[in-house]
Amino acid sequence: MLKFIKHHMESIIGIEIYPIISFLIFFLFFIGVGIYVFTMRKQEVQEFENIPLDNQNL
Amino acid sequence: MQVEKFSYDNEIVRKFLIASVVFGLVGMLVGLTAALQIVFPELNFGIPYTTFGRIRPLHTNAIIFAFVGNGIFAGVYYSLQRLLKTRMWSDALSNINFWGWQLIILAAAISLPLGLTTGKEYAELEWPIDIAITLIWVVFGLNMLMTILNRRERHLYVAIWFYIATFVTVAMLHIVNSFELPVSLFKSYSWYAGVQDALVQWWYGHNAVAFFLTTPYLGLMYYFVPKAANRPVYSYRLSIIHFWALIFLYIWAGPHHLLYTSLPDWAQSLGTVFSVMLIAPSWGGMLNGLLTLRGAWDRVRESAVLKFMVVAITAYGMSTFEGPMLSLKNVNAISHFSDWTIAHVHIGGLGWNGFLTFGMLYYLVPKMWGTQLKSQKLANAHFWIGTLGILFYAIPMYWAGFTQSSMWKQFTDEGFLAYPNFLETVTQLMPMYALRAFGGLLYLIGAILWVVNLVQTAKQGSFMKNEEAEAPALAKAYSGKGEDWHRSLERRPIQFLVLSLIAVAIGGVIEMMPTFLVKSNIPTISAVKPYTPLELEGRDIYIREGCYNCHSQMVRPFRSETERYGEYSKAGENVYDHPFLWGSKRTGPDLAREGSPKLRKSNLWHYNHMMDPRTMSPGSIMPPYPWLIEQDLDYSSIQGKISAMRTLGVPYPEGYEEIALDDYNAQAEEIVADLSASGVEVSKDKEIVALIAYLQKLGRDIYEDELANN
Repeated sequence: MLKFIKHHMESIIGIEIYPIISFLIFFLFFIGVGIYVFTMRKQEVQEFENIPLDNQNL
Repeated sequence: MQVEKFSYDNEIVRKFLIASVVFGLVGMLVGLTAALQIVFPELNFGIPYTTFGRIRPLHTNAIIFAFVGNGIFAGVYYSLQRLLKTRMWSDALSNINFWGWQLIILAAAISLPLGLTTGKEYAELEWPIDIAITLIWVVFGLNMLMTILNRRERHLYVAIWFYIATFVTVAMLHIVNSFELPVSLFKSYSWYAGVQDALVQWWYGHNAVAFFLTTPYLGLMYYFVPKAANRPVYSYRLSIIHFWALIFLYIWAGPHHLLYTSLPDWAQSLGTVFSVMLIAPSWGGMLNGLLTLRGAWDRVRESAVLKFMVVAITAYGMSTFEGPMLSLKNVNAISHFSDWTIAHVHIGGLGWNGFLTFGMLYYLVPKMWGTQLKSQKLANAHFWIGTLGILFYAIPMYWAGFTQSSMWKQFTDEGFLAYPNFLETVTQLMPMYALRAFGGLLYLIGAILWVVNLVQTAKQGSFMKNEEAEAPALAKAYSGKGEDWHRSLERRPIQFLVLSLIAVAIGGVIEMMPTFLVKSNIPTISAVKPYTPLELEGRDIYIREGCYNCHSQMVRPFRSETERYGEYSKAGENVYDHPFLWGSKRTGPDLAREGSPKLRKSNLWHYNHMMDPRTMSPGSIMPPYPWLIEQDLDYSSIQGKISAMRTLGVPYPEGYEEIALDDYNAQAEEIVADLSASGVEVSKDKEIVALIAYLQKLGRDIYEDELANN
């Protein structure tokens, strides 16, 4: 069925902008994750990383 | 806060654990048989069902989906409940997941030896099984999500992110790659053709490794390594970056399986770039796992569980270093189609998945049966035998890959191929193949010790079907005030799921869409014609027998290959190939130009060669296919096949179905007459006739003028 959709998108005007947009999405996302990770509170991190060890007595 | 009482479901974990152990042994035994068949081709016992081309997919499917698959479910069902402080949402769904998955495995174990296959590696199962996989996978996902929604722990621990990403991505990969048009209950054709099919298949194939063999196991690593070492993961911050970087990058890397093929260049480069970048998150994860043991290395000496986990993580590090290297075009030119690839995947399979499963079960069985491991000594013996097994497997395969590839490329001073006969490059490898089988045997012996130890451990303990636990309920009204965006995401599983789906979908869409949409990516060649009905049936036999497991159909643009095989393969030559059959390994020579004037052999040669390859190529390790000469071809569905192909875009004229059988008979009679003139009498209804027609068609279209003039 691909023949039905094959030639519809090749004429999109300004398709060159797509890679730039996707780069920006990735870039900003990782900057965001980076900022989040480095500003995490130590106490919070300790709480999270101990979740698997929490129920040791069970 | 009121403390609630509940119980963890250990029974479902036990079921998956037993299934993983049983199918692990079966899968390894089938692998060992396949390895031995390469050294002693007679070991197929002269019957179709146990021949290499059919049991190699059985081995890969058994290991990936039965051994590792059940291992994933066992580990996820155990850790998820404990990380969320709740029982699985529905025992019924857990059981449907279990029995459904085992039925799928059973269906695979029956259908693959019967030769019912789509011909796409690691996605060989036919369409009814594909649908069943989708349904059972959704059951698993639903049960997991509902459990997450009903949890008693607000924060989702990083292991769960990996489980969620595994669920959404595997669903996406499986559905997109399984688009196929059924012809009958057990036969379908891939929706995609040629280059497009190859791109989708390796996008799937690569990410099956990424999201079935890697991400769920990374989740298990983040749970079981801290548990076994009794200390938190080295860096929780690193694990967050590890997660996002890994799933963002992995999905793009598929085209590195298609370097130097007729896939458009830009897609190949994209695959290389992302593969190289992948080393960062992969090693981040590896270091995070290994450094969890910082200051506790003395415990590794005493604990078999930690020993297995350390080697598993190290093997993960080695294969994720090797992967990016193999994605560089200059390295890939040497490694691809050779045993190097086999060595690489087995570092991952035997080392990472195998050893992590061993370690995980050595940890789980004593826990769930409330006892100690029966014998640390036996577990240590298993560890050393298994490690030796990996070395005996991998080193000869690296050696074989490098040797054979160098021999393929070797030219004499006069400028001719130094080893023009492909067979010379195969017989050279026989000692390595024998050693590899020995390595596999060692590994299997180790696994048997594992099972003995686990059974003894279970016997001395008593199984806790339901493990009592208690935890405070989550406060309903939680404002999340002042929390960060990612922090808030971490407690919203559905949004998390959607975001990870977007992350993985972007890569797939950007890579695949242009190849589907832009015409210039696949220049058509007017000389290339659709398969005749007889050739089409022959092609289906080629797929049924799994010939593509040992023979590629892709001449790469290297002098060493064009000298050996002729003109390099063009994208336009594969436009009618549903599915594509480029293959990934050359245990035998490439067949893309088998019907060209340069390589063309007589019908009689093919007849004798299929009857017993060693009569035509002394020393060949190809198994004989006498049943092709005895069996009548069932061409009852030829009309359906023609119209299915037309639906997929192959330009058979309207109404061609009506005369397809006449064309079939006419072409078959020509071959029969030619064989008869050479002194071989064969009925035109035999399967061999169709297969010969297909082999004679391979790669010949672009030489049509030359052939007509002769």
